Amino acid sequence: MLEATELECERGGRTLFRGLCFALAPGELLRIGGANGSGKTSLLRILCGLLTPTGGGVRWKGAPIAELREDYSRQLVYLGHAPAVKDDLSPGENLDIACRLVGVQTHKEALTWALNAFAVPEVPVRKLSQGQRRRAALARLLLSESVPLWLLDEPFAALDAAAASYTEELIGRHLGAGGSVVYTTHQPAGIDTRARLVQL
Amino acid sequence: MILTAAKTIVRRDLLLAMRRRGDVATALLFFVIVASLFPLGIGAEPNLLRAIAPGVIWVAALLSSMLSLGRLFAGDYADGTLEQMLLGAAPLGVVVAAKTAAHWLVAGLPLVLIAPLIALQYDVAGELYGVLAVSLLLGTPVLSIIGAIGAALTLGLRGGGVLLSLLVLPLYVPVLILGAGSVEMAAAGLSPEGQLLLLGAMLIVAAVFAPWATAAALRISSE
Repeated sequence: MLEATELECERGGRTLFRGLCFALAPGELLRIGGANGSGKTSLLRILCGLLTPTGGGVRWKGAPIAELREDYSRQLVYLGHAPAVKDDLSPGENLDIACRLVGVQTHKEALTWALNAFAVPEVPVRKLSQGQRRRAALARLLLSESVPLWLLDEPFAALDAAAASYTEELIGRHLGAGGSVVYTTHQPAGIDTRARLVQL
Repeated sequence: MILTAAKTIVRRDLLLAMRRRGDVATALLFFVIVASLFPLGIGAEPNLLRAIAPGVIWVAALLSSMLSLGRLFAGDYADGTLEQMLLGAAPLGVVVAAKTAAHWLVAGLPLVLIAPLIALQYDVAGELYGVLAVSLLLGTPVLSIIGAIGAALTLGLRGGGVLLSLLVLPLYVPVLILGAGSVEMAAAGLSPEGQLLLLGAMLIVAAVFAPWATAAALRISSE
């Protein structure tokens, strides 16, 4: 489904990786491993089309993602390093906007349910802790079960044990339903055993 | 889907502006203060004030519009929401157009509404108020639309604010000439129609093409 061939990435005059090839089938889990600064985030950004690789290319169902653009964007959820929530909005407003922008149909009950599942209080994001912000961002996964590809950058960072295991459960459920997940992590997680590893 | 995305962005940016009213008020106050400094500095010579009024009001509008441009994408860039827009279901050009429209509603429209009050300080003749308002109504959206390209190009750069002014102000020159010129024409008893039509044409061309240039610049800046 997702196919990376001969990927090469150069940032700030330094080659981070070269000749990277892998493929991801439905229901597969892929972990990107490596030390700080080894290019994990860059690779994820290349996979979702935010960053153009120095060499090689990424294909989705056989077509280069650079040509698919929005048609590819609709097939993926990318949760980046920053939680991508606005400080001045409430978690509910943030989630509502995020869903509308990617064309995911949603309604008020679903938003409340998703935020409750992650125990995010409905106060302006400014007043939330780092972990709670991360939870507010992760709540989008609950509304994105029909989106086949999840690309998660450090999804477990700043999460407590309960939230981390709930996230793992969600990832497991998504894989079971035929979705694919690519993630990076520094903390050892239970799902690591199910994952194929790409070491940078 | 495209319409939903555009509506969502406009509503979101207006909501954010509502929650941060201080930022909106700063740009507007800047406009009022800059435009009010000239009569104080030059002295109360009515004929002179009447003559410089269109130019001064337009330059103040230009600078005030510049002032708020830096915030157009910077906040979204910093907290990661811009990445999510780049990965949205709607073409990026549409998202940019919606953000620019919201920027104009917050930073441009108030200038149009308060300009007559400034004109009062310059003892501008009553029949010129209409031309001034129309010229600003046509011109300030062009400032937002063209400025967005500069804001996207200087995103994430150190000293981006100064660079942004150097990049964008020269591009504002035609708008300034036509906008201030239309009021001066009317003051001279001639028809300002030509200048206003040209401003309108600039608005249409900019609105159709500039968002795509901004979108391309955003993709480069966020790499």
